[in-house]
Amino acid sequence: MRYIPHTADDRAAMLAAIGLSDTLSLFGDIPAAARLGRPLRVPGPLTEMELQATMRRDAAQNRSVEDLVCFLGGQFYDRFIPAAVGALAGRGEFATSYTPYQPELSQGTLAAIYEFQSMMAGLTGLAAAQASMYDGASAVAEAALLAMDTTQRLTVVMDRGVFPESRQVAATYVTARGGRVVVPAPDQSLEELLASLAEPPAAVVVQQPDVLGRVRDLRPLAAWAHERGALAMAAADPVALALIEPPGRMGFDVVVGEGQPLGNGLQYGGPTFGFFCVQDALVRRLPGRVVGATQDGAHKRGYVLTLQAREQHIRRERATSNICSNHSLNALQATIYLALLGPEGLREVARLSTAKAHYVVDRLTALPGFARMAPDAPYLFEVALTVPGSVADLNRHLLDRGILGGWDMGRWDRAWAGGWQLAVTEQRTRAELDQLVEAVASWR
Amino acid sequence: MAVGADWQQADRTPLIYDRSHPGRRGVRLPAPDVPALDEAALLGPALARTAPLGLPEVAENDVVRHYTALSQMNYGVDTGFYPLGSCTMKYNPKVNEWVAALPGFQRVHPLQPEDTVPGLLEFLASMESILGEISGMDAVTLQPAAGAQGEFTGVLLMRALIRARGEERHTLIIPDSAHGTNPATAAMAGYRVAVVPSNVRGGVDLAALRGLVNGDTAGLMLTNPNTLGLFEDEILEIADVVHSAGGLLYYDGANANAILGEVRPGDMGFDVVHLNLHKTFSTPHGGGGPGSGPVGVKAVLEPFLPGPRLHRAPSGALSWDDDRPQSIGKVRSYYGNVGIVLRALAYILSHGPDGLREVAHTAVLNANYLRARLAERYPTRYDRSVMHEFVLTLAGQKERGASALDVAKRLIDYGVYPPTVYFPLVVKEALMVEPTETESKETLDRFADALAAIDQEIDATPDALKTAPHHTPVGRLDEAEAARRPNIRWSAGGGRPEPTGP
Repeated sequence: MRYIPHTADDRAAMLAAIGLSDTLSLFGDIPAAARLGRPLRVPGPLTEMELQATMRRDAAQNRSVEDLVCFLGGQFYDRFIPAAVGALAGRGEFATSYTPYQPELSQGTLAAIYEFQSMMAGLTGLAAAQASMYDGASAVAEAALLAMDTTQRLTVVMDRGVFPESRQVAATYVTARGGRVVVPAPDQSLEELLASLAEPPAAVVVQQPDVLGRVRDLRPLAAWAHERGALAMAAADPVALALIEPPGRMGFDVVVGEGQPLGNGLQYGGPTFGFFCVQDALVRRLPGRVVGATQDGAHKRGYVLTLQAREQHIRRERATSNICSNHSLNALQATIYLALLGPEGLREVARLSTAKAHYVVDRLTALPGFARMAPDAPYLFEVALTVPGSVADLNRHLLDRGILGGWDMGRWDRAWAGGWQLAVTEQRTRAELDQLVEAVASWR
Repeated sequence: MAVGADWQQADRTPLIYDRSHPGRRGVRLPAPDVPALDEAALLGPALARTAPLGLPEVAENDVVRHYTALSQMNYGVDTGFYPLGSCTMKYNPKVNEWVAALPGFQRVHPLQPEDTVPGLLEFLASMESILGEISGMDAVTLQPAAGAQGEFTGVLLMRALIRARGEERHTLIIPDSAHGTNPATAAMAGYRVAVVPSNVRGGVDLAALRGLVNGDTAGLMLTNPNTLGLFEDEILEIADVVHSAGGLLYYDGANANAILGEVRPGDMGFDVVHLNLHKTFSTPHGGGGPGSGPVGVKAVLEPFLPGPRLHRAPSGALSWDDDRPQSIGKVRSYYGNVGIVLRALAYILSHGPDGLREVAHTAVLNANYLRARLAERYPTRYDRSVMHEFVLTLAGQKERGASALDVAKRLIDYGVYPPTVYFPLVVKEALMVEPTETESKETLDRFADALAAIDQEIDATPDALKTAPHHTPVGRLDEAEAARRPNIRWSAGGGRPEPTGP
């Protein structure tokens, strides 16, 4: 009841104006047999003071990356977020506004999305971006649907190195549309799978860098796909793109990815956002919202939602996607983050993370039984190692010492049993890296 | 509007690129405390980036002034009345933001061991059971990121159950007044769409529905109250028709704000429901998201829910269980929009059972009061009492020369965010108004007075409508031109930065 302004007098006056004596009579259309007829069994009410006390106590039961040293990744990273990101994105004019359907009252949101589209297109090396997806995984899934619609083919080849969360979500979406996702067998390379296909696929989807940490030259894959009328698609880490040639410049048609590393908190996995970028010819096949520049009657430059003939509220069952709400506020956080860092700042984040990762991995792999799972390609700040023994056991040993160790990759995919995925961000200090090496060395 | 705010002097909506100056930096990072790495040597010429990053180069103060200026060009619920039909733009409590920002909720990695996050898992479990109680469902997944993704999840669950019964059905029935996401979702899941028309009372035409259902009917997707703000009073008969044909009932929870504590989808005969936490449960819309679209189901559908599911061990400890052979599969990474779920939970705890019912009662009172205040000049097409929203038809105003869009744009001059226009499609010159429960009688009165004044202007000063709005950063923008020659990213053209096409 805390956010309802009405006094008893207000209610009486309003009821009198509509000629009723109580509000219950407004619910007369509800069949008696369906009525609840009892109070809901939900907790509360709490005053704000009680709520804060409860929540503070319960939040404190969780251990966070504030008191644990975090080496977990999997598309979500403990990266530094400047204070200005939250201060600006948290402004009520941004946070409490709706989708910018009335452009005259939404130039702030619209201009920021236009900036976001520009920044993401630049980062990925492609012509265009849309306004945001729910997360990286659903962006991969929608990319697969785009490929099926564009090519009128039903098979999407996905490298085993695509993060499992994305592969699983894509499988749900593609199967629902009557297609199938094909993944190389554990002992088969992507190239071997492609060579074995009877018919060309709708798309080939890879992760860059992949789940093992490998950065690869994607040009041959783009050529292979284009020779067969298939689309070349990559899911990429946005921070890694500061250092590596973006897939868009290696001939890829679509680049998507998880946006959390750009100024968004961990929040146990969400909300974050996904980005979705395409080459020129695919602009009108983008899912979701797109902002474009135009002008008003006085030739003043402004921004509007555009190319809406693709979208569900206009096209209904012929829309390119059913997406309506996207993750605009998270994309705004990323936009502000990228503006604050600039090109040199983002490169520095990637460089520092990479230098620190290599520092700690060099020391870990000097210990007996520790080795990189994929030593044939360079890696940046996330890498898969094999460990001598149980990963779960190693992680318990580390947690006892205040460290969130790498991810037990066998829990994702049996092909990677014994794999330990370690992520290192710019926030890890040399002391913390040494602490990890020391703790690992003391295991067993 | 602050005196001297940058954008008031601008001849265009500004971009951060306008402020870019080579060499400026917003953030500096600590000097490396480990040996530096030669990335060119590490990556080699084939892999090292050669393309410029294309990011602006600005100081922190530039960033703060620019985005503060942009925020001043925006209108939110914090700014004023936002009677956008079907969107439930209620007040977004500040304490909910405070809750979500607590380090024990915010600074937690999704891959942390379950025993490091017992408080969080307890909250998620209790939210599942609370939403189950509110919707009358037996099991709930919090994974879907938004209403549309909830719909997608729900439709796949229906198909999974139908297949488990050894059947294939290919058609979903959807009312002509439905949200666009319903048919788009059906298509995305590979279903054919059959449209059931509205009857003269604005509800589902039962006779037409009887004629549509058959052995190919997978189900009916329905919003109740519907997008006209009317409660489908024949809902039990509707449910019976669909169930008798072997189909399932899907509840689009977009309008659930109207029924909290009075009636539950599960008791109306629905088998699957999604709830929009960003509508009914007050989480901010964020300029278009993030939302959250939890899905509730009857027990028979539980085995098909997306994994992982929370599992309680005999010891009481919660963990994630991903061994779900019958599941439709994941729809989103990890566990959904946990930060949004926490805000909604805080909102529910603040209200309690009586408070939630009071929300519905007040939302419905506000809508009916406002409708009565407007009735003289702005009729609704169906002469029935409404629930939380109503749809005006401005056909009469149109005959006098003003479209629903003109009236909407003129409302901006009166300091109000315009209601939804031209939806639902079944009403001519539609203006869809949803006041919500958090607006006072004075606010509703001011809105009614503004609409009355505008109605008089149609004859007295028609230009005032045609050229509206007059006090916004930009006037009516040329949307046709934007779509004809898409300019959807900025690029440095040399000289003064001007946007150019991709």
